[in-house]
Amino acid sequence: MQIRISDDALAVACGADAVAHRFAEFGHDVVRTSSWGMHWLEPLVEIDGIGYGPAAAADVENILAGKADAIRIGRIAEHPFIAAQTRLTFARAGWTRPLSLEDYAATGGWGGLKQARALSAEAIVEEVTRSGLRGRGGAGFPAGIKWNTVRLAPGTRKYIVCNADEGDSGTFADRMLMEGDPFMLIEGMAIAGLATGADKGFVYIRSEYPHAVAKMRAAVRLAAPLIAPFEIDVRVGAGAYVCGEETSLLNSIEGKRGEVRAKPPLPAHDGLFGCPTVINNVLTLAATPFVLAKGARAYADYGMGRSRGTMPVQLAGNVKHGGLFETAFGITLGELVEKIGGGTANGRPVRAVQVGGPLGAYFPPALFDTPFDYEAFTAVDGLIGHGGITVFDDSVDMAAQARFAFEFCAAESCGKCTPCRIGAVRGRETMDRMIAGERTADNLTLVADLCETMKFGSLCALGGFTPYPVMSAITHFPEDFDARGQAAAE
Amino acid sequence: MAEILARHAPSQDALLPILHDVQARFGHVSIEAIHAIALHLNLSRAEVSGVVSFYRDFRRTADKRPTIRLCRAEACQARGGERVAEHAERAAGQRVRVEAVYCLGLCAAGPNAMIGDQLHARLDPARITALIDGL
Ligand code: SF4
Ligand code: FES
Repeated sequence: MQIRISDDALAVACGADAVAHRFAEFGHDVVRTSSWGMHWLEPLVEIDGIGYGPAAAADVENILAGKADAIRIGRIAEHPFIAAQTRLTFARAGWTRPLSLEDYAATGGWGGLKQARALSAEAIVEEVTRSGLRGRGGAGFPAGIKWNTVRLAPGTRKYIVCNADEGDSGTFADRMLMEGDPFMLIEGMAIAGLATGADKGFVYIRSEYPHAVAKMRAAVRLAAPLIAPFEIDVRVGAGAYVCGEETSLLNSIEGKRGEVRAKPPLPAHDGLFGCPTVINNVLTLAATPFVLAKGARAYADYGMGRSRGTMPVQLAGNVKHGGLFETAFGITLGELVEKIGGGTANGRPVRAVQVGGPLGAYFPPALFDTPFDYEAFTAVDGLIGHGGITVFDDSVDMAAQARFAFEFCAAESCGKCTPCRIGAVRGRETMDRMIAGERTADNLTLVADLCETMKFGSLCALGGFTPYPVMSAITHFPEDFDARGQAAAE
Repeated sequence: MAEILARHAPSQDALLPILHDVQARFGHVSIEAIHAIALHLNLSRAEVSGVVSFYRDFRRTADKRPTIRLCRAEACQARGGERVAEHAERAAGQRVRVEAVYCLGLCAAGPNAMIGDQLHARLDPARITALIDGL
């Protein structure tokens, strides 16, 4: 009998350690694995392929006695939430032990690096370009083009920087990948090194992710001989959301304030310590071992339009079946929220979903037929960002959410440009006045003006994208803004 | 302090790792520490203190109270995080410091909080109160 329980941070936060401990008290060995990503079922206990979740320490005796039907979910690998996915990046999730080099190699690990070692730098870049892989961190910039720029840039020192500063609410794919399959990220970085001529990489992880930091550090130590002469250093952020912006992240690694740098110069020419630098998100780098091992074609076959491959969608907030759902681009937002996510956790109607983190737009159910695809989202004034979907029920106050967007921007602004630094504060104040029922129409115009200024006058996404949540809330949920004015006028 | 500095090469990119170590060891980054770090890295005191003040994880003054960091971001808000926050403030009073943190990456299991490196998910008013009372 093999008992498996994830040691992913979410499982642990839900009590997985206590459950594992209880099994040990009954004399059983527990294998700690990566998470399947079915977060509503964590802690999820797997015994010979059969799942029980969410399991508490008090359930252990019943599970062992075969009397835990209430939490028995059947064969995990066949669970509808798992069976409906296309898992390329998260193919190992749930199956392997995160820090086991044996498990990694036995499941095809290092295959991409082996291929890459047999190719020229140019050929590796060519393969990544043909796969259509785009940066998964937000902007969706083609990875191959970025790599090629660094490959061709003059200079003997070059760097690969992995942006693991996943600060967006509603996103956790980077965290899960680093905690569940850290060698794949390491392999991806080593491939990027070969492709560009860099022999040093940094993984910059936010300090809010101590479990991911510990796992990555351990994994880097274990994998060091296998990726040599390429070397990786793990660096920890210090609580600044703006460091998820690539140029401020570079400043932060250099030991400076995490202020955004003006572009150009592009990091690909003049990046870390002034050297040509590839800076990619965790999921982007982690997708490249597959591309190299299985070929560009195999990857490009998934997806729709110019959005190739798969996207690990993260279902979060007030959602019944929250967790990680990897799927080819093209599935609709409504399918994700209602069918896969099962609607809200508390059974109330879904009123709004925010896609793409705190800088992403809010959508009403009326837009649920929007396909999950970069271009389709742009067409409805939204962003996919890092693929997080946060669900709200009908009790949400959209004026409060719009206010929060400004508040968040004000709290996290790096202060370099005026529209962001001052605009966010003014925006919050204006929202406050509006919420108090003061001159609604005038204040709304003012907010719209301010958003326009922030959008065009900000140096980076923090100031430039705050208008997305604000304006989408106003556009799609006007009743939350107007009603106050009417109530105050009466 | 000298021991922490000895662990790190005297180059500017060691600044953040050093500050993390100092913060973890002493609970804050004092003016004396800033001075010593500046000397070690050949930076001005203003440069070092500019970095200290930029990042939320570093604090300039000691605060011996226990701290709980409560997620106040959207996904936790959607799951009743604001109500949990009210109860947290009430239970904490002046005795415990309640800090806001924006997302712990456990967004489908909120409201969430962190005490040291320990994560707590699926909080409700009763659980957050018990957690804080136990600090
Ligand atoms: S938009 Fe805001 S965060 Fe970005 S560079 Fe300007 S001030 Fe800094
Ligand atoms: S929003 Fe609270 S953990 Fe992500």
